Amino acid sequence: MKLKLKIWRQKNAKTKGSFVSYDLDNVSPDMSFLEMLDALNKRLVEAGKEPVAFDHDCREGICGSCGMFINGYPHGPVPGLTTCHLAMRYFNDGDSITIEPWRAKAFPVIKDLIVDRSAFDRIQVAGGFISVTAGAAAEANSVLVNKHQSDMAFDSAICIGCGACVAACKNASAMLFVSAKVSQYALLPQGRIEAKTRVRAMIAEMDRQGFGSCSNTGACEAQCPKQIKLTNIARLNREYYKAF
Amino acid sequence: MNKILFSAVSKKFVMALAGLFLLLFLPVHLGINLMLLKEDPEPFNNAAHFMATFPLVKVVEIVLMLAILVHVIYGITLQIINWLKRPVGYAVRNKSETSAFSRFMIWTGGAVLIFLIIHFFNFYFIKLGLVEGDPENFYSLAWQLFNIPGYVILYWICFALLGFHLFHALQSAFQTLGLNNDFWTPVIKGLSLIYAIVVPIGFAVIPLVIWLFK
Repeated sequence: MKLKLKIWRQKNAKTKGSFVSYDLDNVSPDMSFLEMLDALNKRLVEAGKEPVAFDHDCREGICGSCGMFINGYPHGPVPGLTTCHLAMRYFNDGDSITIEPWRAKAFPVIKDLIVDRSAFDRIQVAGGFISVTAGAAAEANSVLVNKHQSDMAFDSAICIGCGACVAACKNASAMLFVSAKVSQYALLPQGRIEAKTRVRAMIAEMDRQGFGSCSNTGACEAQCPKQIKLTNIARLNREYYKAF
Repeated sequence: MNKILFSAVSKKFVMALAGLFLLLFLPVHLGINLMLLKEDPEPFNNAAHFMATFPLVKVVEIVLMLAILVHVIYGITLQIINWLKRPVGYAVRNKSETSAFSRFMIWTGGAVLIFLIIHFFNFYFIKLGLVEGDPENFYSLAWQLFNIPGYVILYWICFALLGFHLFHALQSAFQTLGLNNDFWTPVIKGLSLIYAIVVPIGFAVIPLVIWLFK
């Protein structure tokens, strides 16, 4: 495949960036999107040029590191996939692909396609945990958990914190991320103990980090690679109202 | 305390409650407006008189005006704050799958607000004595307005936009209040669609009937 790439290049957080165009040949349809960028970077390095910086780690769709805005879609045009799982067979020979970093006030660009997502970490630190006394693991059957509840908690817990919800939302809102993190604890008995303080702290931190509010457009749900549902946001709202 | 009252979630909660109250009022207003179709101006004028004088209605009127103010002020401020949350936009338009009704709430709401201001000058401010006119004969005032083609076209456009606004508004308010689950949400979405079609058409059909048959 032959591709025309238009990629956002920005030296660092303080400099102004711009789009740079590249023609790339010999792209295999079996490559992943990141492997295609690896091929581009190999060519750039061999030519003595600066490679394109992008976040990546596991390349198995579970770490949440990779993420870029591809032709108008966070993680590309295929629903339910992270950028590392996006195969080049979803594109056609001769396609033009515009690649941008996530755009949000709370996610400033560090370099090229890499953004600073530590705002998510700070929201987690504010309350996204369960306080336990460290030591031997408790007897598993001492707290019984309803299977349906546990499945729902798991469906929320699979959020990988990639930031696609923020990237897709017209308000750069982090409500889907926060709702998934609040839900995974709120649905389990162990998480109920600190439910009130958790939701208050995490929403206060979300506001402090500069994310927008929710307009219920559903763009986050449509673009979430883990298909976290909007019902989580309703649960987050309920938990918040119950916390007072 | 300020953080709680003015958190992103609390502001949306207040907006949703105010919006739902306005949604309850619209069918009442429509019910009164349908009396315009009667040849006899008495029932409509009596209803308008009742709305202007009955003490309990006067209390509701204050709540209604507060609901409008809160909904508009919160809506506009939240929108401006949200615009500032993405200082650098995307070069390629965001193609994430969403309904246009949800994306353009500020614009459909703005159109409804403009109509509301015109409507206040035409009727409500007369009742308050701020604008000259006969508050006891709104029937003939309404009929006069419905005989101005430009006014009726503006009226229809605004009610079409109100329908777009309402379709997202009703379901969105339930989501904001935390009332969303796999069983009830499809039902609420269906009701939103019915409400968003029936209420604006109910209003829009009145000048049409007057034009065609009266």
